[in-house]
Parts: sequence; structure tokens; C-alpha cells
Amino acid sequence: MLQVDGLCKAFGDFQAVNGAWLTVRQGDLVAVIGPNGAGKTTLFNLITGHLQADRGSIRFREQEISRLPAHEICRRGIARSFQIANIFPRLSVFENVQVAVLSAKGLSRHLLHPTRRLVREETEGILERVGLQDRRLDLAGSLSHGDKRILEIAIALGNEPELLILDEPTAGMSPEETAATLALIRRLAREQGLTILFCEHDMEVVFNVATSIMVMQHGSTLVQGPPLQVRADPAVQEAYLGRD
Amino acid sequence: MLWALGLWLALFFAPLAAGRFTVYLLGVILVTGLLAMSLNLLVGHGGAYQFHHGAFYGVGAYTAALLITKTSLPAWVGLAAGPLAAAFAGLMIGSLCIRLNKLYFGMIQISLGSLLWILALRWYDLTNGDDGIHGIPLPEALSGSGSAFTFLLAVVGVCLLAMHRILESPFGTTLRAIRDNPQRCAAVGIHVRRHQLTAIVIATFFAGVAGVLFVVLEGSVFPDMLFWVLSLEIFIMCLLGGWFTFLGPMLGAAIIVLLRTVVGGFTEYWTLILGVVLILLIFFLPEGIMGAGHRLRLYRRRAAGPPSRGGDRAAG
Repeated sequence: MLQVDGLCKAFGDFQAVNGAWLTVRQGDLVAVIGPNGAGKTTLFNLITGHLQADRGSIRFREQEISRLPAHEICRRGIARSFQIANIFPRLSVFENVQVAVLSAKGLSRHLLHPTRRLVREETEGILERVGLQDRRLDLAGSLSHGDKRILEIAIALGNEPELLILDEPTAGMSPEETAATLALIRRLAREQGLTILFCEHDMEVVFNVATSIMVMQHGSTLVQGPPLQVRADPAVQEAYLGRD
Repeated sequence: MLWALGLWLALFFAPLAAGRFTVYLLGVILVTGLLAMSLNLLVGHGGAYQFHHGAFYGVGAYTAALLITKTSLPAWVGLAAGPLAAAFAGLMIGSLCIRLNKLYFGMIQISLGSLLWILALRWYDLTNGDDGIHGIPLPEALSGSGSAFTFLLAVVGVCLLAMHRILESPFGTTLRAIRDNPQRCAAVGIHVRRHQLTAIVIATFFAGVAGVLFVVLEGSVFPDMLFWVLSLEIFIMCLLGGWFTFLGPMLGAAIIVLLRTVVGGFTEYWTLILGVVLILLIFFLPEGIMGAGHRLRLYRRRAAGPPSRGGDRAAG
């Protein structure tokens, strides 16, 4: 579904991503791991068009997308959440998701229909799925950190994506919130048949949830494979997991 | 919103009940308020630093004035052409500015708008320079001061209704989302620049309507309409009245126009008073008067009602 090859991106002298590769198949739950500064977020920003790659290719459904702007990539079916809570603080929780649903349905530019009667069911459905239906009228800026991160995911779901990219979905969450978010991610993958690509610090999380793991170091891909194979890989143990 | 509708209807009786000067002053407030509200579409709801909105007000007014005085077209054609010319100028200047962000957007707009101001000021053969154009003949139906006011009030009402509908539409919701977080909007598939440019064209259209109404009210146009100081004044009206609310800028316009009329009668340094008002505003009411009232209502409701119903819409 998604095929990344030989991707490079430098910021000045710093080679943030340097020859990364990645394969995501339909229905996969792929985790990208690597120490701080390994280039995980830059890789995601390159895939979603928030940054332009210097070299390399990104193919989604057999089409090259590495030169497309962010909104165009989103329309092809890739939605994402961000590492920092990236929401619309002065809109209600309901409107936050509604904006994404309207965009997915191509209604964003309608001028004279009242918004409040449009895409109600879809928006309510998403809020229920992620468990935010009780907060729907609250201003998004007034939510707790954990709820903001969940709202992040809900906005991404509003785009009806085929591939959902989550950048450290549990960063800064309490252990309970982390568990709930992971359950949500699993449920989305299983029940909605969503393909999910995410990156994460917490090793436990990754090996419990992912069906495939890609390890990054110094901007390059070390290895990608199923959790057990990655755990046994000597290069990974050397570089990242540490020898027992 | 009901009270606003009631107030609007009541104002139709103003020419019968009030003196000529009061009616004139109400007219000035309505025209300036419409201009400030059109600016607020971009500033409060769109998050764009439209620093020289007055230029489009001037384009609307001058287009009407020139078509009426220099051509043999019926006066109504001139009045109808004003907003279209303003929207066209908005499209042109907007497409040049839109690639730049925030402050740079505002700065380049001030320069381009000032070019239009210089045209009005210096192209003596066409515009009469800083004398302006006076005694613009209006259609028969608008020549009395009472009927001019009624026309003005009706047009302002229709414009406000249209703006309200636009803000409540998916376009408006998306515009507020862009104000809050343009990067996130791009990530949900919204073409941010195109959306903002559309908003600029809509806002400059309504600025052009305000310009035409100024012609109806005064029968004249001056280069000062395109001077950047006026743009600053209407910006302050938005901040003062409440830039995250719908009617706030109209309230801000009423306060500043009244202040100018009353205080200006005593001293020519009335802008000094305006400066003090602005400082107090920044310190005590950062969301303007209606914004503060809105907050207070939210707070009361939260204290009284169940906590889960605390939030409300940003545009009220």
C-alpha cells in the first residue's frame, strides 16, 4: 500500500533522514521505533507532504506522492495525527471533527448551507468511536492533554483515511490514558480495517501492538519485520535494545 | 440574535422620530460598522492580518462616484459596480499577498493599498486629487435624507444576514479552523490558501458595499477613505467590539464614531482618548466588549448548569 525507498532529507548540514525505506501492506499495524533524533517525525512529515524530500521515492497505491502538497496527499487517503496536540482550540470538539468530515466529502467550500445540519451522523459516529461524545460541545482548547490527543486521532478519522499515520500517539499520557489509547488503536485497526503507521518510544507498547516493526537509526532504516524477528536481530540489539 | 433583528426594525422609524443629525450619525455608524464587520470576516474569523481593508472601501466608493459622474450610465449601475470592483481589487491584491504569512501579508497589503491611495490622491484629472468628488447625483429614490437612510439600513441588514449565513456555513466553519490552525487544516485536505483568498474576495466585496453606501450617505468621496489610518481605525473597532463575535465590530464602530463626534467637539486631540481606550482594552478586555460578555455568560452557565455543557460556539 505504501512503499518508501531511499528517502533523504537534510536540514542544512544535518542529515535528518538518510536512506530510509519502509513497506506498509493493507491491514498492517506498523510501528517505527528508534532513539530521539532518529528521524521518525521527519519521515512522517515527508510521507504526508509537510516536508519535501531531497531524494528518494514515496509510492502510495502504486502512485508517486513525494512531490504533492499536504492537502493533496490527504485527499488520496492518508490522514495523520501530530506529536503535539494539533487541534482547533476555539472550535467545539464536534466542529473539530466536522471540519475534517466536511473536507473529506468536498463540502468545505459550500457557502450557504448551515453547517450544523451537515454530516451530523458521521461526526457523531466518530466521536462515539473514540469516546468523546460527552465532550462534543466543549471548546477543544479546554480539553485535558489526553483528550486532546484523542481528538487529534478523531480529526484524522474524519478524513475517512485508508492509511492513518500517528506520530507518538501516547506521548505525555498517563499510564491509564496510554492503555486506553492503545486499545483504541487496536480496535480501529481490527474493526475498521484501517491500516495504521505509528511511531512510539515505549518498547512494551510497540511489541504488544504492532504487526510489523521498522527500526530507525541516524536517519536510516536498520531493519523492518515482524516483532519477534526484529527483537532477535543482532544489529537491532546492538544499536537500540541493548544486550541483555 | 433576536434583539439585533428588533433593533434593526426599530431603526427604520429613526427618520420619523429623530433629528437630521442623529439620523446622519446612525448612518455613519451603520456604514462604518458594515466596513468593520467585513474586515472582521478576515481578522476575527479568518485569522488573516488584513491591514489595509480601507483601500477596498475606497475602491468601491470611487468606482461608484466615477461611473456616476464621468459616464452616462444610470446611477444604479455605478452603485452596483462599486462592490464588484472592490472584490476584483481584493482578488488581485489578495493573490499577491496570500503567499506570505501573517505580518508579511499585512505589510505588503499596506504597500499595495497605499498605491491605490496615491492614485486617488495624485491622478488629478480623474479623481480631483485631495479635493475629492462632491455632489454626486444619486437616483431619485435615494435623494431625500430619510429615504437614503432607509435604503442604507435595508442594504446593511441584507449584508449582515448574508455574512451570518456565510459564517455559519461549512465555508465559515472551515475558515475559523484555518484561523485556529492552518497546518492542521492542510493535513485534513483543505486548500488553505484558496480558502483564504475566497474569504478575501467576499470580505472586500462587502467593504465595497460599505463604500457605495458612503456615497449614498455623503454624496462625496475623498482620498482619505483609502488612507491607512482609516484601516487602523476599523481594525481597532473589531478588537474593541469583540473580534471573535459576529456583531462586535458594529458595536466597536458605534463606540468609536460616537467618541469621535462627542470628544472631537471638545478637543482636536481626540485620538489621544482613543489611544487610552486601546491601552485599557488590551489590558482588561483582550477579546473585546462582546467577547468579554460572551465569556461571562459561559462562566455563569458553567457555574449553574451541568459541567459537560460548558462549551459554546466561537462565533455567537
